[in-house]
Amino acid sequence: MKRIMTVSTRNLTESAKKGGCGECQTSCQSACKTSCGIANQQCEALKATK
Amino acid sequence: MVHCYKNNGYNIVLDSNSGSVHAVDEVAFDVIKKYEKKSKNEIITETLEDYPDVTKADVEEIFSDIEQLKADGKLFTEDKFRNLELNIQARPTFLKAMCLHIAHDCNLCCKYCFAGEGEYKGDRSLMSFEVGKQALDYLIEHSGTRRNLEVDFFGGEPLMNFNVVKELVAYARSIEKEKGKNFRFTLTTNGVLLNDEVMEWANRECYNVVLSLDGRKSTNDRMRVSKNNKGCYDLILPKFQKMAKARNQQGYYIRGTYTHYNTDFSKDILHMANLGFEQLAMEPVVADPKMDYALTDEDLPVLKEQYDLLAKEMCKRNREGKGFTFFHYMIDLEGGPCIYKRISGCGVGTDYMAVTPWGDLYPCHQFVGDKKFLLGNVFDGVHNQKIINEFKLCNVYSREACQDCFAKLYCSGGCSANAYHTTGAITGTCNLSCELHRRRVENAIMIKVDEMFQNADN
Repeated sequence: MKRIMTVSTRNLTESAKKGGCGECQTSCQSACKTSCGIANQQCEALKATK
Repeated sequence: MVHCYKNNGYNIVLDSNSGSVHAVDEVAFDVIKKYEKKSKNEIITETLEDYPDVTKADVEEIFSDIEQLKADGKLFTEDKFRNLELNIQARPTFLKAMCLHIAHDCNLCCKYCFAGEGEYKGDRSLMSFEVGKQALDYLIEHSGTRRNLEVDFFGGEPLMNFNVVKELVAYARSIEKEKGKNFRFTLTTNGVLLNDEVMEWANRECYNVVLSLDGRKSTNDRMRVSKNNKGCYDLILPKFQKMAKARNQQGYYIRGTYTHYNTDFSKDILHMANLGFEQLAMEPVVADPKMDYALTDEDLPVLKEQYDLLAKEMCKRNREGKGFTFFHYMIDLEGGPCIYKRISGCGVGTDYMAVTPWGDLYPCHQFVGDKKFLLGNVFDGVHNQKIINEFKLCNVYSREACQDCFAKLYCSGGCSANAYHTTGAITGTCNLSCELHRRRVENAIMIKVDEMFQNADN
């Protein structure tokens, strides 16, 4: 595509099929404590496959 | 929902339901913006008028690309996740994270402290080993199949009760294997009592360390003061620098709070980066609107500009090989959370609870001291299931204001405590927080786009 470049992203629809293991970090255990930084967390299942 | 925005010279298209991100040129940007609002012929006519160098074939090609992206599920995708909400509400929940209020006491009296100098509307108190042990046992007992269990030592100032902290970690380590669990500990500290012994212990035992510093000396010392009103910057800075170095610049955050008095907070973040810290976080103050340091809606334009300035500077430093991490810009587009996490949120009151020094359970640290949210205690368990059920139903689809927001799958509807303190409902939304979060998401994505172009250049 000449005018459109797509950034590589996780397919959220696919993640609905196997997601939800609940092992990823609770966002308030990182640094926020006063907001909700969900998207900042890494998926533990994907991390384990790397 | 498609969100088109311009940032740092980039034209960015975010397809929020699929999480896809596209960087496009001006012509494609205009076509995509009009795509669902006007007919194809209208868009072609207008584009040819607006861009004399562009041919009809060029615009046809853009249409073809858009159709391809639609077919691939990367543009103009529908929200197919709403039905998951039912599954999320019906799901069994397991406790996996605990905020242990190991000390309701503090050796600083920061003027903005939401914990009220560490006391949380109660008496000064330190958690005993027996209460802490019971809390850890309670966590294991209610963690079901979850393997990674997170425990945050919080306060007040946790190092005022360091011996109990050490004993609890030793206890957890002694049982985690037989219980099939993996404890991850976080220590949050103001640094006053940080010494070589603590550092050595934390570097061995803690997955994460959160070190409180607000930035420039003038900023930090205005709010972060001792009982005799002396700022703590000079005391804590060398210790934090030593700690960051000892942790190889990983597994820690220097975390600041900005207020109405430093709406130019990007300077504070850059000050800390210039001091050599590579993991930085900075949060807007949580405050009663009546307080002089509380942020106001009038501050919003300046605050948004600050986030933009920070993002641009981070792109520049990344390209110079002098990059640093800012918590709110560390969106992981490829390895980030699944859709379940994005819908269900932080886990307040379900996956995550706070424990007071005497063992009371609250949905999170920000509700501690508010008796309406007292869930039970670590000895007798939860007796207020009604509140738990309310949090279980709390997700991005239960917040009306989120439905048309492009950022809803990046914050899951935001912080329930902020919502409650602003609107009186845990399913409400706090406008100021939302405005700031939307701008942070835009900037975080822009940085990823910049990285893509940087990699393409190299």
